[in-house]
Amino acid sequence: MADDTILETRGLTKEFKGFVAVSNVSLRVRRGSIHALIGPNGAGKTTCFNLLTHFLAPTRGQIFYNGREITGARPAAIARMGLARSFQISAVFAHLSVRENVRIALQRARGSSFDFWRSESVLRAFDGRADELIDAVGLTGFEATAAGELPYGRKRALEIATTLALEPEMMLLDEPTAGMTHEDVGRISALIKRVAANRTVLMVEHNLSVVATLSDRITVLARGEILAEGDYAAVSRHPAVVEAYLGTSHG
Amino acid sequence: MDAPDPATPGPAAPAAAAPAPGIALRAADPSLRTFRIATLAMAIALAAAPFAGIYPVFLMKALCFALFACAFNLLLGYVGLLSFGHAMFFGTAGYVSAHAAKVWGLPPELAILAGAAASTLLGAVTGALAIRRQGIYFAMITLAIAQMIFFFYLQAPFTGGEDGIQSVPRGRMFGVLDLANALTMYYVVLAIFLAGFLAVRRIIHSPFGHVLKAIRENEPRAISLGYDADQYKLIAFVLSAALSGVAGGTKAIVFQLASLTDVQWQMSGEVVLMTLLGGMGTVFGPVVGAFTIISLEHYLADRGQWVTVITGAIFVICVLAFRRGIVGELAEWWAKRRA
Repeated sequence: MADDTILETRGLTKEFKGFVAVSNVSLRVRRGSIHALIGPNGAGKTTCFNLLTHFLAPTRGQIFYNGREITGARPAAIARMGLARSFQISAVFAHLSVRENVRIALQRARGSSFDFWRSESVLRAFDGRADELIDAVGLTGFEATAAGELPYGRKRALEIATTLALEPEMMLLDEPTAGMTHEDVGRISALIKRVAANRTVLMVEHNLSVVATLSDRITVLARGEILAEGDYAAVSRHPAVVEAYLGTSHG
Repeated sequence: MDAPDPATPGPAAPAAAAPAPGIALRAADPSLRTFRIATLAMAIALAAAPFAGIYPVFLMKALCFALFACAFNLLLGYVGLLSFGHAMFFGTAGYVSAHAAKVWGLPPELAILAGAAASTLLGAVTGALAIRRQGIYFAMITLAIAQMIFFFYLQAPFTGGEDGIQSVPRGRMFGVLDLANALTMYYVVLAIFLAGFLAVRRIIHSPFGHVLKAIRENEPRAISLGYDADQYKLIAFVLSAALSGVAGGTKAIVFQLASLTDVQWQMSGEVVLMTLLGGMGTVFGPVVGAFTIISLEHYLADRGQWVTVITGAIFVICVLAFRRGIVGELAEWWAKRRA
């Protein structure tokens, strides 16, 4: 395998009872790139995403990360290897403050998470780094706010800050701009661009303008199979892609 | 926003959308200052209670159950797992402590530790079997294992069957404190209770406790951050079993008796009742719940079977009208008044 491939799948297939959600998907994600996974509704994007993060087990096929097979690994173990994911619905710890949310991630990376005999005051050591990350996603001033009270766009920003706290080598973002207002989309896109500077990003995204501006490479899925792959210009002219998207609200 | 792919059950969705049932009902955690003042007041009140004419044996019984309920609450209130077999830890420690004190001649502190160690071990085995299940399945497995343990104690030769292990010597704590003296025994029990109570609070407010809280709020997200949720739940389960063991072992020394009562499924039910009545997920709730139930049993003892009917009725009223429990409702009322 070439050194510049960070994540690779070979013949990845997921069948549910009598239904093939993902069929024989072989994907290569280049190190340092922003790779987008797009496709019409029901194309199998989210299933594919859950297979990569091991929240679902594949029926067939293999997954390699940095040349190592990780097909059977557990989701928490994948995260510890440096492959961190976000969720389609904004996943924050609602009753914890913004700072505590970020600290939970910092705490795991830096140990002490099994210490049930120590005071929580040891966690203050993470406050400095937590506030830096909070600042990086534009949430300064909300440190003490309960995460559940943040508006939607800011929850997504918090989720990205929490994911970044893991210092992942690769980030998997599940529809990072879904359900956002126009301003929020711009802010999150800029943020993704910034955090992708020294890491790899694979994202499932619906907003084609976001995909067009951010992605180095795009894989189009339809009915569980890869339809086309390439940069935005190539993919958007591909006849099969045009056909798949025709008549849908996207385009 | 787009609907998720139809074939994707989305493991994240249901868990994140529906937090553990306790969450919505959980009262705000008291600040450290409030907690310290309340704990100090509780310690002073308990230390003075025997001089107010309250029977020490009654107080000791209530304290043992209060510690048991606090240990149980660690699991139910802070991890969201309803164990329906916690009597196995309470009762096992009772038998082991009684046996250690009576047959092996260990001093009381070592006898209680031996009991707690046995419960911890049992907790590790039971927990490893049950922790991957959730909700009703978790409750069923813990109940089933507890029933097996019960029949083991019913049949095992060293437990004395229906008679239990009787006339367990109280002995001398650390070789100096003569526990035959009721007041000395009382203050030892009070010290054990306070230590256990503070231990629970520390666990909840430790780095480990923060991870537990994150797991309870959004398990898939905690997993995606690299936490093996089951490992953390298992540790909480074992800690809960260990503290239940301390309570059970202490009770055996106080009453100089270990019997089937403490390992029966009714006891598992009683600790659920105490915790819910007092307020699960509150630090003081289980203590209040235990004192309420033990008082009822104590002062209504001459009414015979009616005690069960009355506690049952209180449980129903509590679930229907005061779902946060006594302490939970009070904390809520206080928070509203100040807002």
